[in-house]
Amino acid sequence: MTPTLPMLSPSVPALRSEFSTAIERHLVSSGQTVVVVNRDRSHDVLAWLKDSPGQEFNYLTDVTAVDYRDPERPLEVVYQLRSLGRKADLRVKVALDKRQPLEVRSVYDLWRGADWLEREVYDMFGVTFVGHPDLRRILMWETYAEGYPLRKDFPLRGHFSRAEQTRQALAANPEAHYSLEEMSIAETYGELPKAVRERLAKGERGFLK
Amino acid sequence: MTLRTVEMALATPGVDAAGQPVRVPLGVAGNGDSGYREDLGAEHMLVNIGPQHPATHGVLRLVLEMEGETVRRCIPHIGYLHSGFEKLGEYRHYNQIIPLTDRTDYLSPMANNVCLALAVEKLMGLELPERCKVLRVIACEMSRIISHLVWLGTTGIDLGAFTPFLWSFQERERIYNLQEAWTGARLTTSLTRVGGLMADIPDGWEAGLREFTRTFPKTLSEVDTMFTRNAIWIGRTQGVGALSADEAINLSLSGPMLRASGVDYDVRKDRPYLDYETYDFDIPIGEHGDIYDRYRVRLEEMWQSNRILEQALDRLERLKGAPINVSDPRVILPAKSRAMSDMEAMIYHFKQVMEGVKPPAGEVYMGVENPKGELGYYMVSDGTSKPVRWRIRPPSFINLASLPVMCEGALLSDVIAINASVDIVMGEVDR
Repeated sequence: MTPTLPMLSPSVPALRSEFSTAIERHLVSSGQTVVVVNRDRSHDVLAWLKDSPGQEFNYLTDVTAVDYRDPERPLEVVYQLRSLGRKADLRVKVALDKRQPLEVRSVYDLWRGADWLEREVYDMFGVTFVGHPDLRRILMWETYAEGYPLRKDFPLRGHFSRAEQTRQALAANPEAHYSLEEMSIAETYGELPKAVRERLAKGERGFLK
Repeated sequence: MTLRTVEMALATPGVDAAGQPVRVPLGVAGNGDSGYREDLGAEHMLVNIGPQHPATHGVLRLVLEMEGETVRRCIPHIGYLHSGFEKLGEYRHYNQIIPLTDRTDYLSPMANNVCLALAVEKLMGLELPERCKVLRVIACEMSRIISHLVWLGTTGIDLGAFTPFLWSFQERERIYNLQEAWTGARLTTSLTRVGGLMADIPDGWEAGLREFTRTFPKTLSEVDTMFTRNAIWIGRTQGVGALSADEAINLSLSGPMLRASGVDYDVRKDRPYLDYETYDFDIPIGEHGDIYDRYRVRLEEMWQSNRILEQALDRLERLKGAPINVSDPRVILPAKSRAMSDMEAMIYHFKQVMEGVKPPAGEVYMGVENPKGELGYYMVSDGTSKPVRWRIRPPSFINLASLPVMCEGALLSDVIAINASVDIVMGEVDR
């Protein structure tokens, strides 16, 4: 066994001098640097990391979240950043207190690639990404009512009974519908009931019930 | 060059007098604002493709907003194959997760197995024996070849070419036979274990792979002849679904999708693992980012994988009889004979089976260059034998997210071609 030498990314001192208190803590795990950032400043920090010279983390490798087994521990949204030019990686985390609404600013405006990744985190953990233009469930169907599957308080087999799950899954039958968003496109729009058109005008999305 | 070649070349659109492919100008497919909007009326129409449709390569559903023949918007619906692997992994020992990785990207199961083992080994700080690394490189490159062959064959079929499909599946079959001889399974290989491999290669196996690497280039040349200068192929692929380098980076694309747009990013070179930096191979880079360049990149990657396989086989000869596992009883089961006769070995055996591997508390992101793109496993451990979080960074999922961008302004028939060029496996998209 060779011990992994902790090598701190040079971005950390730079971040600390730029944002001081917004950087909550940092650590090195398996030789990879992790920076925990204050929720309110997360978008500023990520935008700075993306664009400022010397950082240039232009590639968003991944967005995900971690819910720890300890229910007291905050849920963490994790951004894997990569600088293609400098060949450097950085992991940025935002800790979200579970007693408050799980909200964080979307990075869709910085990286278009965050579109589906943030939708997946929303779908699996229930984290709301403020500013995401199309935050819908992505892997589960849009009327899925059991909650957020990757949370630790979600049992492996789900909250509902097997019979209820089967009934709901069959009733959802997503191929039989167009979503409201898709309805808004079609020439059928004119034929929609007034109430539905009003819902569309309000910007409501999801399945037509 | 003979006169006949020149005549043929001049008679073939898309090929110049020297027989080299020429670029066709960007048509409506590459440019949404080319005036095609008015001529077919302004009526918008919804077209539903899938989820049961052969050209969507799995259970993918696309809802297209059409304006005449032009796609104005494309809304993909996924999740039909969602199996909750990530959740399931939180209830499994680290070695028990390996069978789950087979079933995500099931066109390259061995490469997924390798990535999982590497992630846990990085978490534990294990140093692998050289023979293990070489065998894993062989597994990864074999996976790359079979995955690209499936891509080539099915994309050919989508665009109306049946023969290359048969050629590529014939070659793929030979690798599957090798895979079966090594692991006992064609698809659910579960090849790796934390700290080593499930099994060494059987006697005489190298000769089979050597024969493959010797004869495989012939098929590649045939495919090259069939496609690269083919007017229909060029017409259907050049300028279609093009993404610039900046767009590709902004969309977080990886693998051949990213490299076809001219971005020089390959995990094997940029963040080397398994001693890839010691192998001699090139990374093909496209420049236009269209389907044609993606095809060229993937075709060239197969040549390069063949080169890597040859070098790995040479190294294997030098490492005959060397160990394939780390000598650490905390991660590798003792030999059965020892476990039955030696008390200490039996205790290790018991603890291994009952408790599994226990990495220290911490977290790791391990990215590898899979055939589809950068596959990453992000693992969080709390020191127990089951991970707190096992995140798959799925290259197919992230590459597929660019589909609406590429389809805007394309023709309906181009959607099929563009979707094929992404190279998705729905098992991995939905997990």
